[in-house]
Amino acid sequence: MIPVSQTPAPSANPEIQPYFEALREGKLLIKTCTHCRQPHFYPRAGCPFCFSDATEWLESRGTGAIYAYSVLRSAKDLPVLAYVTLDEGPTLMTSIVDSPASALSNGAAVRLSVRPGADGTLAPMFTLI
Amino acid sequence: MSIRGKACIAGIYEHPTRKADGLSLAQIHAEVARGALADAGLSKDDVDGYFCAGDAPGLGPMNMVEYLNLKPRHVDSTDTGGSAYVLAVGHAAAAIALGKCRVALITLAGRPRAAGQHQVRPAPGATADAPFEAPFNPVIATMYGAAANRHMHEFGTTSEQLAWIKVAASHHAQHNPHAMLRNVVTVEDVLNSPMVADPLHRLDCCVISDGGGAIVLVAPEIAGSLKRPVVSIRGAGEAIKHSAGGRIDLTYSGAVWSGPRAFEEAGVRPSDIQYASIYDSFTITVLMTLEDLGFCAKGQGGRFVADGNLIAGHGKLPFNTDGGGLCNNHPGNRGGMTKVLEAVRQLRGEAHPAVQVPNCALALAHGTGGSLGTRHGSATVILERQ
Repeated sequence: MIPVSQTPAPSANPEIQPYFEALREGKLLIKTCTHCRQPHFYPRAGCPFCFSDATEWLESRGTGAIYAYSVLRSAKDLPVLAYVTLDEGPTLMTSIVDSPASALSNGAAVRLSVRPGADGTLAPMFTLI
Repeated sequence: MSIRGKACIAGIYEHPTRKADGLSLAQIHAEVARGALADAGLSKDDVDGYFCAGDAPGLGPMNMVEYLNLKPRHVDSTDTGGSAYVLAVGHAAAAIALGKCRVALITLAGRPRAAGQHQVRPAPGATADAPFEAPFNPVIATMYGAAANRHMHEFGTTSEQLAWIKVAASHHAQHNPHAMLRNVVTVEDVLNSPMVADPLHRLDCCVISDGGGAIVLVAPEIAGSLKRPVVSIRGAGEAIKHSAGGRIDLTYSGAVWSGPRAFEEAGVRPSDIQYASIYDSFTITVLMTLEDLGFCAKGQGGRFVADGNLIAGHGKLPFNTDGGGLCNNHPGNRGGMTKVLEAVRQLRGEAHPAVQVPNCALALAHGTGGSLGTRHGSATVILERQ
């Protein structure tokens, strides 16, 4: 038998702990590289572009635009799966909340709204501006 | 060094079951292995290379090697989801070309229906990406729906065009007695089927099925001594596409990299291909892959697939003549194996007569495993009848 280890909560992972702490204050942190200046998401200790380890946290302004979305019809009460391109550059998977699916469109402006996700953890979701 | 002409597919087998009640997972692996070896005219003890992926129960290849009582000198269990079996053809050919093995067996089995797993979800796990995706309930259908949504936004692709892909698959499936969905459908049927994940309708989605398949690859001198038609590996390419640090572009797949690698090794162009097996988890997967492999320009996939262009005997590029994942089967939610199997049937002249491409000498099989919406493995092989 192979021992099965318990998966620790993501918020206990030191590499991304500040991200979860910021969410508790309603803020979204992304990472940027002090070497190549490129912001990235999801956050890593090392820069995925230049492989430097000189990354630092950057608070997103929390504004962006819907890149793509899809409504799961069998789960109409759940938030809509979407991809949002932040004004800082990175695109992330997210959910659109407090907005009827019929009002969504590619390119629509959105603003950050931190909510509990399907797995119970706080997550950066967005609402139409 | 190239694998071109250095390995041949000598045996194939597709399990006839679509709901494997009463069969264990390992048992299905063994049944397809037995079938492919019998097709090749080889025995278990000839096998010195074994290839499997994440569907195989156990730790990598070890438990299945034991169950099958093999004694391989080369193993590979690279898992790239549903594309793993197309990728394994390239890896097996490379191993044979290097002399690491001479008879390579690849197996796939799955029984999600018998196990009651009707919801297809990304595999959970303590991956670095999971905390940034799990909160948003990303089921496979919505991720592919989002890719289709963006493709429509950028290129004007329509639901009618996507529907033509299902229509073509259904025209082929009517001739396959094992296919789960054998009724010929129209564009209107697809558009009138319930919306699952905008803009994808139920008939834009593949079936969920049990089953499996196996491939036996051998060195050319062994292939020449066997009684079956010889199908040689002419080129192979693979790639992983992912979210690239947040530079997400959902309008293309990893086929933009795996395709050119395979074509370069094969020394042929897309216009030379007479038959193509294209991974069809959803209609959008096919449309995007055809563009990415160079069968048409980026953004022109909708026009390319319309009006029956993928229907054997009617269009320019016959595809998935077994009915594909959209109509025939999608064993274990991993459709790469069956893509290779139907390409081999076409090259042997053993496809159903109603869908057989006349004098089919050059074929392509492509797999897309994982998710267009996050990360996926792409694998392309180009096969040639000797």
